[in-house]
Amino acid sequence: MSGIPITLLGCAKTFDDGTRALRPVDLRIAAGETIVLLGPSGCGKTTTLRLIAGLEAPDAGGRVLFGDTDVTAVPIERRNVGMVFQSYALFPNLTVAGNIEYGLKVRGLAAAARTARVREMLAMMRIEPLAQRRVDQLSGGQRQRVALARALAPRPRVLLLDEPLTALDARLRDDLRLEIDRLLRSLAITSVYVTHDQAEAMALGDRIAVMSHGAIAQIGAPQEIYFAPADPFVADFIGTMNRVRGEVVDGRLRFGGGWLPLAAAGAGELMFRPEAVRLVDPAQAHFSGQVISSFFLGDHTRLVIDAGGDAPIVARVHERRAFRNFDTVHCAVDAGALLALPAAGARTG
Amino acid sequence: MSADSRSAALVPLRAARQGSAAVVRRRSPAFWALLAFTLAVCAFLIVPVAMSMLAGVTVNYFIGWRSGLTLDWVIKVWTDYRHTVFLSLRIAAACLACTLLLGVPAAYVLARSRSALARAIEELLVMPVAVPGLATALALIVTFGGVGDLRRSWLFILIGHVLFTLPFMVRSVLAVLASIDLRTLEEGARSLGASFAQRFFGIVLPNCRSGIVAGSLMVVTLSIGEFNMTLLLHTPLTPTLPVGLADAYASLRIEVGSAYTLIFFVLIVPLLIALQWASQPRDRNATS
Repeated sequence: MSGIPITLLGCAKTFDDGTRALRPVDLRIAAGETIVLLGPSGCGKTTTLRLIAGLEAPDAGGRVLFGDTDVTAVPIERRNVGMVFQSYALFPNLTVAGNIEYGLKVRGLAAAARTARVREMLAMMRIEPLAQRRVDQLSGGQRQRVALARALAPRPRVLLLDEPLTALDARLRDDLRLEIDRLLRSLAITSVYVTHDQAEAMALGDRIAVMSHGAIAQIGAPQEIYFAPADPFVADFIGTMNRVRGEVVDGRLRFGGGWLPLAAAGAGELMFRPEAVRLVDPAQAHFSGQVISSFFLGDHTRLVIDAGGDAPIVARVHERRAFRNFDTVHCAVDAGALLALPAAGARTG
Repeated sequence: MSADSRSAALVPLRAARQGSAAVVRRRSPAFWALLAFTLAVCAFLIVPVAMSMLAGVTVNYFIGWRSGLTLDWVIKVWTDYRHTVFLSLRIAAACLACTLLLGVPAAYVLARSRSALARAIEELLVMPVAVPGLATALALIVTFGGVGDLRRSWLFILIGHVLFTLPFMVRSVLAVLASIDLRTLEEGARSLGASFAQRFFGIVLPNCRSGIVAGSLMVVTLSIGEFNMTLLLHTPLTPTLPVGLADAYASLRIEVGSAYTLIFFVLIVPLLIALQWASQPRDRNATS
């Protein structure tokens, strides 16, 4: 099972009621790549997925290509895509085996070939004992396994997953995320995964496309998105980001509790991740502040520090000591971890 | 009671508990009153029916059951009126076929549509229950009475019955379709390559089976028992069972009318039981 590249060219989507769900989007997905569409609800990620699936048609001018073939006018029935839904969408009138067999049956495969393929899929998803169960006798995690098996059984060219883990509870979500990761790696199938969960996106995506207001805000490898966010929206959406506003004096940014080394000239606002903060001796400190709250999480401690700025600073430190509220702490931040970004709202509208 | 109130003075909490237990154990007068009332209502409903069925197998109703029991009346009704039974069954079957062919696709379209018009039509589906059957029948006669031989045919009655029962079929199927995520199920089927016909017959119909079954039984029972409309729509050559029943009541011995009722019950009661059974939630023996 190998994938094909997918290309979206100028695909916009306006719904009948005039809502603009998607501004013209260009997206190139390599063969066998897993791309995650990440964003808050209403950002256009599901619409993009449905355009690729063929469940929606793009506005005039938009084109969808599978490999070199223009499939814009091809309905989903003939696009040969596998789809996994948040609500599973399993057929209640069929057994687990019947569900997996369905796609093979409508394609007119011979009975013997169908049985063999169903057995293969049951084994791949490790659900052999469930074969004759009815769908309403399954747990959420089992249902999503069946849904994956059903989507993959007809050997689709593309696998599309629409928030497949959202309906599951936290533990199951972790288990199934590992399972999906294993599956996507071993099958090397081109896949598009929609989620609003950044941890899922980081874990599964070869590349992540962060979407906002019907456009792609940034696309890149998880590391790129995390360490070099293109704008404040992406920076805030992925992980925690501290923001400090201040005055530029002598090549440094001065604010309430101290100063920060300046990476780029002229920026009045800097950002940094919680793990960039180090606790140091007062002599080497860039700034000092008081602990507002502290959470010991085993492998690290999360500190919320009031350093006199507009907003408290979140730090992730590895000290073995316990912190009490109103303790004074002295912090330093490496210049390399500081980000200066164009002001928020410059891109969004 | 006096023992309870004594201990209540000593250990208030415990006594209160015992007191409430005593009410359950001893049954209050209100309980007996309620039971008597319930039994009276049941008797009010059941006794006339039982009396009528008994009258149908009594030799002489005015003497009572001491005059002896007989099947003569039932046989007489069967000989003279069995054509009305067969006509009613034929109309009910044809009515069912028509409502299935019209109602199920209509319910599917309504369930799929998100338009305000579809919602308005759903609301209007209760109307036929509110409009008197006589009024509907009159409207049908005014509209179709002059069309060829239709007025003299049993098909004229069928038209009325379909008009009256179709909303019940549509609503029954619609209720089931609304409870499953039809849109996503169909999208799932489409992504697997299923054509419209494949997913309609393979996914949609099997998943609204319980609604179709319940709707079908409703349509058949309503059609067999329909009198208001049929009274105006029938001709002397096309009397249905309820029309024949009215005729027998009006012009023959009370034992004959009662025997007729008996036959009607034998026909309709199994259908009503099936209706009850079919309208149970369909996952009653599902485990999770």
